[in-house]
Amino acid sequence: MTGRALSSLRSPRIAVLGAGHTGPVIARVAVEAGYRVSIAASGDPEKIELIASVLAPGAEPRWAADAVSGADVVVLAIPLHRFAAFDPSLVAGKLVVDTMNYWPPTDGVQDLFEDRRYGSSEIVARRLARSAIVKTLNHIGYHELDDGRRPAGSPERRALGVAADDPAALDVVAGVIERLGYDAVPLGSLHTGRVLEPGGPVFGASMSRTEFEQAVHTPAA
Amino acid sequence: MTTNFPLVLGLDTFGDATHDETGRPLSHAQTIRNVVEQGVLADQAGADFFGIGEHHTDDLPMPAADVVLGAIAARTTRIRLGSAVTVLGSDDPVRVFQRYSTLNAISGGRAEVILGRGSSTESFPLFGYDLADYEDLFEEKADLFAELLKGGPVTWQGKTRAPLHDQDVVPHTESGPFPAWIGVGGSPHSVIRAARYGYSLMLAIIGGSPARFTPFSQLFHQALERFGQPPRPIGVHSPGHVAATDEQAREEFWPHYLEVLRHYSRIRGFAVPTKDSFAAEVGPHGALYVGSPETVAQKIAANLTALGASRFDLKYGMGGLSHGALMSNIELYGTQVIPRVRELLQ
Ligand SMILES: NC(=O)c1ccc[n+]([C@@H]2O[C@H](COP(=O)([O-])OP(=O)(O)OC[C@H]3O[C@@H](n4cnc5c(N)ncnc54)[C@H](OP(=O)(O)O)[C@@H]3O)[C@@H](O)[C@H]2O)c1
Repeated sequence: MTGRALSSLRSPRIAVLGAGHTGPVIARVAVEAGYRVSIAASGDPEKIELIASVLAPGAEPRWAADAVSGADVVVLAIPLHRFAAFDPSLVAGKLVVDTMNYWPPTDGVQDLFEDRRYGSSEIVARRLARSAIVKTLNHIGYHELDDGRRPAGSPERRALGVAADDPAALDVVAGVIERLGYDAVPLGSLHTGRVLEPGGPVFGASMSRTEFEQAVHTPAA
Repeated sequence: MTTNFPLVLGLDTFGDATHDETGRPLSHAQTIRNVVEQGVLADQAGADFFGIGEHHTDDLPMPAADVVLGAIAARTTRIRLGSAVTVLGSDDPVRVFQRYSTLNAISGGRAEVILGRGSSTESFPLFGYDLADYEDLFEEKADLFAELLKGGPVTWQGKTRAPLHDQDVVPHTESGPFPAWIGVGGSPHSVIRAARYGYSLMLAIIGGSPARFTPFSQLFHQALERFGQPPRPIGVHSPGHVAATDEQAREEFWPHYLEVLRHYSRIRGFAVPTKDSFAAEVGPHGALYVGSPETVAQKIAANLTALGASRFDLKYGMGGLSHGALMSNIELYGTQVIPRVRELLQ
């Protein structure tokens, strides 16, 4: 996977892994933005066919491995407590969007994520060493993602942060976020992307680009 | 969307610790006695249902909803009484059945249960469960509870409790199963589970646009069809506060809403609501039913229609509102909101 190949991706094919609260909403807004989208849970696509057909019409339910192999961008929308069992080779060579958050009361204490020197996406990146990781979509509620969309230039358009170590991967995903209906605010590394985490200044907040940029660039007290 | 089920308009509480008129917190014991009074008033004012949500915290001291409902049952004759919700995943389905079947006996057949997790998680560590196992726990227990509801000896085996062999579970109900719902906050798997095991669907809509749940109603109908289940009703549970005028309702509700959400935002790391986000939630496209009886009735009628739902339960109360304000809310809901919604939906 080279930066050049990535930045030439104008309409990446998207695979959403996870068909719970969050996955189908992401799949739906991606279909509506004109992307080719597949969706997978941990098992047989037959089990999520009804969910996909009603909640994300147009997204194709597939086995996870098939969804990933046919996609340029893989969106990880699985619970963090299931990540330890996630096979890194599945997404080797892929651009992976990490939407996951670590919240011990629902995830249980996950030893892997307890090292507070690193953000959860940095830890994800270390484990998925052969993938390019981009952190975004974690700080907007799944229940807001649909209604929050606005066309480019709308004064009400909401900003979302996009953090990655790989600038080409960041560009591709920022393009997706813009096309979904949000202003993408780039954050130049996964380490800086920690500002997008729970407890950070933008988590769950609806902000314009200017407000968002101010919030993430003001060092936390 | 249309629905053939009778319209049901109820009230839910989480037993939020109330304050006295001067803003001082009341004891847990007094809060619980106040909830009994509120349930009795709900019956007199004309509400169809009174539900109590299970919670285990200092600000929501309500772990034994069935006991409180039993007290209300003894003082009422008409209103239906139930949990909203029972946290089934950290409970024993056999015990839940026994408690609510007992409530059903006391109340002369007025008991219901709404099963789910709610937005709280504290019962899991309290009773020694791991929240990471939530899905498996709930799946199995919802299956067993559906078996228990059918009445008759139960044979069941699973991973989460001891097996049952031809077990007679008492008390028997007098006239078949009591109504049982699954409360769903946004998980499509839960919608399908409700359909599979033959539960009715209660949509808990506590933030964002209610209309975005319309696909969940469709999913429920299609899943019922797929599993060969008969049609079942859909309900909506949402928070709110009714006062004489829109202005008064907002003024009473906002400071308590802000305080409660500030508390949860500290725990869970999300942004504290602003006046703007509150105004959006109170407006026609938000999830809060805060306003005059007319405003609240219009919003209920519009959303029930949009969602194809036949039931609405207003979750009244918000930590720190006074018992007096809650009683007035209940009175207005029963005597003004309910008749107006019926009129609008006729
Ligand atoms: N709550 C929000 O507003 C929000 C917003 C942004 C991001 N998020 C993040 O989104 C993630 C998902 O949360 P959720 O509430 O949507 O979870 P959820 O409702 O529990 O759903 C989890 C889904 O992930 C699937 N899954 C688990 N392991 C998998 C694997 N190895 N491969 C493919 N699919 C797998 C499950 O499929 P099976 O049923 O087949 O196991 C299920 O469909 C979390 O990390 C959360 O932090 C949440």
